[in-house]
Amino acid sequence: MNDLLTIEDLGADGINEIMLTADSMAEVSARPIPKVPALRGKTVASMFFEDSTRTRTSFETAAKRLSADVLNFSASSSSVNKGESLRDTVETIEAMGVDAIIVRHRSSGAPRQVAQWAEAPVINAGDGWHAHPTQSLLDAYTIRAEGRDFEGLNIAIVGDVSHSRVARSNIEAFSVLGANVTLVAPPTLLPPHVEALGATVSHSLDAVLAETDVLYLLRMQHERMDQALVPSLGEYHRTFGLTPERAKQLPSNALIMHPGPMNRGIEISPEVIDDPRVRVLNQVANGVVVRMAVLYLVVGSNGGVI
Amino acid sequence: MSTFLHGGSIVGPNGVETADVLITGNSIVAVGTNLPVPASARTIDSTGMVILPGLVDIHSHLREPGNEEAETIQTGARGAALGGFTAVVAMPNTNPTIDSPSVVRDVLALAEGVACEVLPAAAMTVGRKGELLTPMGELAAMGVRIFTDDGSGVQNPAMMRSIMEYATGLEAITDGEPIVLAQHCDVTALSDRGHMHEGEWSTRLGMAGQPVIAETLMMQRDVALAELTGARIHFQHVSSAHGVEIIRSAKASGLAVTAEATTHHFTLTDAACAGYDPVFKVHPPLRTSDDVAAIREGLADGTIDAIATDHAPHEPHTKEFSFDHAPPGMLGFETALSLALHELGLPLERIVELMSVRPAEIAGIGDRHGRLIETGNRANLAIVDVDETWTVAGTAMASRSQNTPYEGRELKGKVKYTIVEGEITVDQGVATR
Repeated sequence: MNDLLTIEDLGADGINEIMLTADSMAEVSARPIPKVPALRGKTVASMFFEDSTRTRTSFETAAKRLSADVLNFSASSSSVNKGESLRDTVETIEAMGVDAIIVRHRSSGAPRQVAQWAEAPVINAGDGWHAHPTQSLLDAYTIRAEGRDFEGLNIAIVGDVSHSRVARSNIEAFSVLGANVTLVAPPTLLPPHVEALGATVSHSLDAVLAETDVLYLLRMQHERMDQALVPSLGEYHRTFGLTPERAKQLPSNALIMHPGPMNRGIEISPEVIDDPRVRVLNQVANGVVVRMAVLYLVVGSNGGVI
Repeated sequence: MSTFLHGGSIVGPNGVETADVLITGNSIVAVGTNLPVPASARTIDSTGMVILPGLVDIHSHLREPGNEEAETIQTGARGAALGGFTAVVAMPNTNPTIDSPSVVRDVLALAEGVACEVLPAAAMTVGRKGELLTPMGELAAMGVRIFTDDGSGVQNPAMMRSIMEYATGLEAITDGEPIVLAQHCDVTALSDRGHMHEGEWSTRLGMAGQPVIAETLMMQRDVALAELTGARIHFQHVSSAHGVEIIRSAKASGLAVTAEATTHHFTLTDAACAGYDPVFKVHPPLRTSDDVAAIREGLADGTIDAIATDHAPHEPHTKEFSFDHAPPGMLGFETALSLALHELGLPLERIVELMSVRPAEIAGIGDRHGRLIETGNRANLAIVDVDETWTVAGTAMASRSQNTPYEGRELKGKVKYTIVEGEITVDQGVATR
């Protein structure tokens, strides 16, 4: 495996290879000392052009469990000034000698540009509204860990699809694995030409709940109100939020997932957060395991054992 | 000093025919066969080539004053001449903006002796801010004929109405020569978050889009205002099928509306943005294959009057920003004619109308440019090997920038000579100024 930029680049075979590797990593993570020398001597650059404590920490934990060194490059908004080209920044990091580059960027497509300029393999840790492949891999891994077969599985993705890299990558991943994906949102939170994403669309959460095997809630950004995309977060919660009443409509063996961090009282009512069907913490744990697998496959083993 | 063009095919009043052309001073003094040639004349063997009226580009960015790292009037004019242009209109979105007599004078001074005629367009509003009228009367008296806030359109309809009404009075200053108001139609409230065409590709790529309605809503407004005021409105770089339709119906209703389309809008689609290469970022954005087809149809049937380049140089490093941070714009001078000749499937005479005759009329320079090859006309012309193939390379271009979207493409049709006011500014494919 070279770069990991999108789910599309992986296909079903690539996803399954990562899943199998992640199983081994899960075994490592369950050990009393969850650390192996597989990537000892390798340096992984973590370039976050956008703040993301969760994803950054998850990658860093994954790298450390594989004994890789992590070079942290923080380039929050201030240094993404227009005077320094993305290329200059990448070449600077690469000159320090790195074996892989993890890129998070607020601009869609930035990791692909980085991959064109960098010798080292590039892992996309989320770009703009475009893609977040490791999130989708951990989500798929979480569903698979429940023993669910993707073939024919009904997955509803609810919320701000338009501005969501998670939605785009998850539609891609779930669909290629054989699931039926339905997007549930008001028209203003769906991208124009949503049909290009290849999923079914509904404007009513109530209409789809009873048939849903996995309910995937997206994070709602407060700024969408200022853009007149929704009237209020209250109305959003009442029409698209997972309330206790709606939770009752959801099948008893359904899974409730969210990429985090959850907005309590917006995407989900506080009362539902402790519902036994919620898998949010499993997602976080699986995130480390899946990112270990990705790093292992991308950076390559150093002859060490897992 | 005379120049004798021997054995070429001319585009003259009787269409394309083989004829020799004798140029003396700044004029064509004879066209025909067996012409008496002065012994001192330089003879250019034009066998197998076509001799066209020099091309006129009514939409280009020469970046001077203010961004000379990207382009200068000299390098821009050189590139234009290499593309067969004998006159180009320079857009006023420079720094400072071309919005006052002093900046117009500066530009005209810088344009002395460059490889083609450079005509500054002036802004309609001071600093292109849409707030105050520029001294349009003084500027018109200095010879400015095209006014535009290009880069953005005038957002406020009351301001646009006022510009149009004021402009209709200016023909008293110009002895009836038309004043053209060129609009970059774009309602920014609808488009300013976007970086590419709003469509299937923007959705897949996770990019905020610029919808067609941002262009067409302003076009419809300006058609209505032109109807009200009687002003001449020129639509710049129409990019959408619906936009072409609006022009078609405005013309059918008898309005004094003209329009241009760029070479990139009839050769490229939004699919080119799939790799996030900012070289394909442009305003208005590349749209769909249906839009491309409609623009081609509009060019063929006369709905669209002119092909323009919207030549927009940007320093190389600025095209290495992320797509959303990179500036929009593409080089156009040196590739335009090849693309027009071979992509549109139109007869040579129609290409000459689109790239020379009509743009010269719109720019108010029809007295000396855009004239068919005929005795008595000014010697502004290009000699083209229509079949020569060449490979596009940004680094090989005259521009100070390299942002061509056709990098590596093999094109057909090469300008071998460009003659401006009787003087050779491109000689065997090499610029002389």
